[in-house]
Amino acid sequence: MWGKKSVMFNVSNLTVSVEDNEILKSFSLDVGPGEVHAIMGPNGSGKSTLAHVCAGKEDYTVLNGEINLNGEDLLDLEADERSTRGLFLAFQYPIEIPGVTTLTFLKSSLEAHYKANNREVLSTPDFMKLVKKKAAELNIDDSMIKRPLNVGFSGGEKKRNEILQMALLDPQICILDETDSGLDIDALRLVAEGVNNLRNEKRSFVVITHYQRLLDYIKPDFVHIMYNGKIIETGDSSLALELEKSGYNNYIK
Amino acid sequence: MPAVKETVKQVDDIGVDKYKFGWSTDLETETAPIGLTEETIRFISKKKNEPEWMLEWRLDAYQRFLSMKEPEWAKVNYPAINYNDMYFYSAPKDTDGPKSLEEVDPELLKTYDKLGIPLKEQEILSGVKSNIAVDAVFDSVSVVTTFKEKLSEEGIIFCSISEAIKDHPELVRKYLSSVIPKSDNYYSALNSAVFTDGSFVYIPPNTRCPMELSTYFRINAENTGQFERTLVIADKGSYVSYLEGCTAPQRDENQLHAAVVELVALENAEIKYSTVQNWYPGDENGVGGIYNFVTKRGDCRGKNSKISWTQVETGSAVTWKYPSCILRGDNSVGEFYSIAISNSYQQIDSGTKMVHLGKNTSSKIISKGISAGHSSNAYRGLVSSHRRAENARNFTQCDSLLIGNKCSAHTVPYIETKNSTSVFEHEATTSKISDDQIFYCGQRGINIEDAIALIVNGFCKEVLQELPMEFAVEAQKLVGISLEGSVG
Repeated sequence: MWGKKSVMFNVSNLTVSVEDNEILKSFSLDVGPGEVHAIMGPNGSGKSTLAHVCAGKEDYTVLNGEINLNGEDLLDLEADERSTRGLFLAFQYPIEIPGVTTLTFLKSSLEAHYKANNREVLSTPDFMKLVKKKAAELNIDDSMIKRPLNVGFSGGEKKRNEILQMALLDPQICILDETDSGLDIDALRLVAEGVNNLRNEKRSFVVITHYQRLLDYIKPDFVHIMYNGKIIETGDSSLALELEKSGYNNYIK
Repeated sequence: MPAVKETVKQVDDIGVDKYKFGWSTDLETETAPIGLTEETIRFISKKKNEPEWMLEWRLDAYQRFLSMKEPEWAKVNYPAINYNDMYFYSAPKDTDGPKSLEEVDPELLKTYDKLGIPLKEQEILSGVKSNIAVDAVFDSVSVVTTFKEKLSEEGIIFCSISEAIKDHPELVRKYLSSVIPKSDNYYSALNSAVFTDGSFVYIPPNTRCPMELSTYFRINAENTGQFERTLVIADKGSYVSYLEGCTAPQRDENQLHAAVVELVALENAEIKYSTVQNWYPGDENGVGGIYNFVTKRGDCRGKNSKISWTQVETGSAVTWKYPSCILRGDNSVGEFYSIAISNSYQQIDSGTKMVHLGKNTSSKIISKGISAGHSSNAYRGLVSSHRRAENARNFTQCDSLLIGNKCSAHTVPYIETKNSTSVFEHEATTSKISDDQIFYCGQRGINIEDAIALIVNGFCKEVLQELPMEFAVEAQKLVGISLEGSVG
């Protein structure tokens, strides 16, 4: 079934180490346009490493493999170039930047994307209109975007802010790194709705999570179990339900 | 504002050369005999057609200078300066003093154009938009002052100090060295002996200066020291905002800049003095650059007066500078907002002094130090209250930001109070730009240079907000540029 569909984003035979420890071991994943892939797995299986390496974080040594987006190998590109090519990572722990308002940050980010893609940068009023519209959809009020980026934000505010950025930057491949962690049920629903609103036939998602409950809201096309640096089982959404019942032990050999 | 727009454009266009003002202008110059002697001083005074009292004043300062020692207490290191191997006066030939724009050497105007100060354009545009009157100082002399007539309609005097000595001797004699005595320190004595030009401002009583006044200083000639002297007097109930910008071409040898700036605010007067200092900082190995040894002090002489210093320091190889306020008048207010950025091998020892003498005086110090590369950045400040200074109030905030792990930041606050009613507060923080912040910005498409500029601008926002609008944009860009290549 893989071979027939077109592949937009793929990771092949990726082997990555940190300080001589191999975290990812010949990891492979193919993602077609519009697909939602969930990656589940016990702690320490390498899920967050995968997310960071895809986004271009330093401190990892890539020993082998490729990461392709629309046929271009991302490994040669800096983090900002991967971003402007259309890769978005929603952070598990969004970073605080004191003194820089969220609005200023969003503007810098959007301008960097427009410039990199030879698009005309929005005027300030048009930018404000756009942000306000997207923010309202996520129940984000004006006072939040005027505060310094993520400084003093609650868990829910931080994650909604991540989704707001995702909505503004219009990415092709979104990696959500445990976006559900630290969220109460209302915040979870809001964030999931935000993601669902962004689903379309072109945009794809890789959703990294520990829990089935996020997948109740964001219905995945595929569920993968990751263990010890690679995918050991792939199925549809029923796999996640089964995991919730019986745990990982049945799959870890 | 065209001047700023142009400057910003140049900043945008910055190419391989990291220091954008790294060119020199080919002009015929006239210089004083090399070295520092009484002869040199007589030469300068004669060259400027100064009255006899001025020459005597200079010679007196020179005698005091001879008996003084170079200060060594600051946290800076540099080879000894040989004052006999230096020119103390350099002027573009045939420029004995400011003239109308038509008479100024076109080469010189081109230079200022490159700096983003289109003098001509400014005059033409006068009255169209809010403008800035500019006094341009090239090496040792003031070459042109714009908007003079317009200002004089309001009774405002804005001219070069040499002109003021000739045309307004009563004001100069009354106020010159009344804030900073000749023998205040080694460099102020040196400056008093050999100062060549600078700006003079007098705002008459109950007058609000209708435009920003600005001076652009540029050191061009080789082996030349620049010793400018600025005197700003705000008479009762007046207000003035003054901007100072500095640049120098790129040279392997160190050049000396030892300025003295005196501000006098009389009753109910307010002076806002802003500086964007971008002297050549030396190359990435620490070769060349300006030694910037400056004495700046403001005297809140009258009741309810206010003096506010705002500075953005990005240039110079070595900086030694403490813009201060003497809060003499009751209820007077002193403010100091500073951003000091050091990169490569730059060394900064800078801060302020708030001397509370009158009753109910208050002062505020916001200092933001950013160190990168191999640089050293020290804040040194004094807050003191006299025994009669009842209810003195100070708030000090010193924040340091480190980029990389080879630079250093130091905070040396002195607090001396002789009155039990004083309330002095001091807050200090030290932080670092983290790799996680850089990665987060990168993941959102913001490259490393822009990320640093963004984070640093956020860090010093409180101070940038204090700058006049026109300068703030320029300063923001400058902040980004000075830190280019600081993270590798």
